[in-house]
Amino acid sequence: MPITSAEVEKIALLANLELTEKEKAAMTVQLAEIVDYIDQLNELDTSAVRPWSQRSAGDMGSSAATREDQPVPGLGQAQALEQAPDPDEGHFTVPRVIGG
Amino acid sequence: MIVRERLTIDQIHSMYASGETTPSEVCRQTLERIDAGNGRLNALLCVTRESALARAAAMDAGIGEAITRKPLAGIPVVVKDNLCTAGIPTTCGSRMLEHYLPPYTATAVRRLLDAGAVLVGKANLDEYAMGGSTENSAFGPARNPWNEDYVPGGSSGGSAVAVAAGFVPVSLGSDTGGSIRQPASFCGLVGLKPTYGRVSRYGLVAFASSLDQIGPFSWNVRDSARVLGVIAGHDPHDSTSAAEPVGDYLSGLDGDLRGVRIGIPAECFAEGLDDEVRAAVESGIARLTARGAEIVEVSLPHMKYVIAVYYIIATAEASSNLARFDGVRYGFRADQARTLSELYRRTRDLGFGDEVKRRIMLGTFVLSSGYYDAYYEKAQRVRSMLVDDFAAAFAKCDAIITPTAPTPPFRIGEKSDHPLALYLGDIYTVTINLAGLPAINLPCGMSASGLPIGMQLIGNHFDEARLLRIASAAEQL
Repeated sequence: MPITSAEVEKIALLANLELTEKEKAAMTVQLAEIVDYIDQLNELDTSAVRPWSQRSAGDMGSSAATREDQPVPGLGQAQALEQAPDPDEGHFTVPRVIGG
Repeated sequence: MIVRERLTIDQIHSMYASGETTPSEVCRQTLERIDAGNGRLNALLCVTRESALARAAAMDAGIGEAITRKPLAGIPVVVKDNLCTAGIPTTCGSRMLEHYLPPYTATAVRRLLDAGAVLVGKANLDEYAMGGSTENSAFGPARNPWNEDYVPGGSSGGSAVAVAAGFVPVSLGSDTGGSIRQPASFCGLVGLKPTYGRVSRYGLVAFASSLDQIGPFSWNVRDSARVLGVIAGHDPHDSTSAAEPVGDYLSGLDGDLRGVRIGIPAECFAEGLDDEVRAAVESGIARLTARGAEIVEVSLPHMKYVIAVYYIIATAEASSNLARFDGVRYGFRADQARTLSELYRRTRDLGFGDEVKRRIMLGTFVLSSGYYDAYYEKAQRVRSMLVDDFAAAFAKCDAIITPTAPTPPFRIGEKSDHPLALYLGDIYTVTINLAGLPAINLPCGMSASGLPIGMQLIGNHFDEARLLRIASAAEQL
């Protein structure tokens, strides 16, 4: 399946990536090559096979843990904000979202 | 070549027991070796000099007694820089987290420290663990100590180099598709990826959550066994960590292999395997039979598809996991964005490197409307087939041997412009993560150009104790 530059722009939008023109051009060629390669899965008839999922992976020892729903202390406001690029009065600040 | 003496935990502990040295002295020597070698090798992104010396000094008085209680007492270690360490930079090899200081410590690291280890630094890696050469680090490539023009492998390249260059006896890496085993192979070390769920992933910055596992590097099987015993076990902070009891990984090492059946899948010795690697792995298999192991043929009929399956599932999970890096709560933020959406897009374009963006793009594509069934769901169906293939193979044998990588180490820059070529080098390792199995790299020879070659021993789920016994019987030191 061919990957077009329009497709790359759409994926970039979905992925919240702002690619430069140069990046878009390189990505179009590289993704096309990779997608062409992964298309070989179409050789396999998988209609009778269930998709793998973590839940069905009892043999992988998943503990499927369910625990008592008891409150435990979290990070707290001060620590949660410590690494924020632009904290203000106990909040994360971002550019205007509405009416900008 | 600056590969140093092969430090082991037992050596250091016996010197502590005899009073020949102290944790402070060992820590000082470690820092001297790092100061002498790290500038060229770029194995460590951060050296925790002051805290390491202080911690070691506090252990000096009681070390003779501590080594009887704590399996890693006074042992200097480094951990991959995608493992969170409270108050110590954790960059993931990315500009995005260049100045990030985690508020908590990963469970695996916490357990190393509780066992007496002295953390001396954080190891270089491919950005967000995406790569097989450590060339994708935003802070420059790490170099292979056997020949500095060559890659050390990746993504846990820095963790491998730190052991191979003699900085520390053991280190931690993470392995999503071979990121412990392949650098162990390229650097001549033992490297263990445990069963999925064996070691808590809490505090490991997630790449692909259904594939990621933390594990050790060391010179010998015994040291990796010891570290596994320390870091393994259930953790309430990771709901995928297994309740399965932790085995006794140190007993029965160095035994013989009578009655042990080793499976050899012909599909893993077919076209595309380098001749030198083939010869080295065959000599490794011969060592196992010399110790009494029986060879049986097994089949992994879907090997041809594993790279495709892996690069669909791993990138899909990565595109979701890396959505959290948006410039709002922590990490890098692009300036001068006028809207929230512009802030996200610019932050991510400037903060992430090329390989990370490529994988986010591929993962977003395979999950997107119209392609989900054809790619993501299809890959999950083939993953079920792979899991069944291994179940059938393990009905006939106790462990399986394949090469770890299809080629010896390659030169820095040799493959960096060709992503698919690099992905194809992961063929023998990614399949193990897809099936959730434990596997270990064992050195089994050297290339004509003097670079290490490794073979991969694969065990059944939670059968690490047996896997380590077999590996130990086969290792050459």
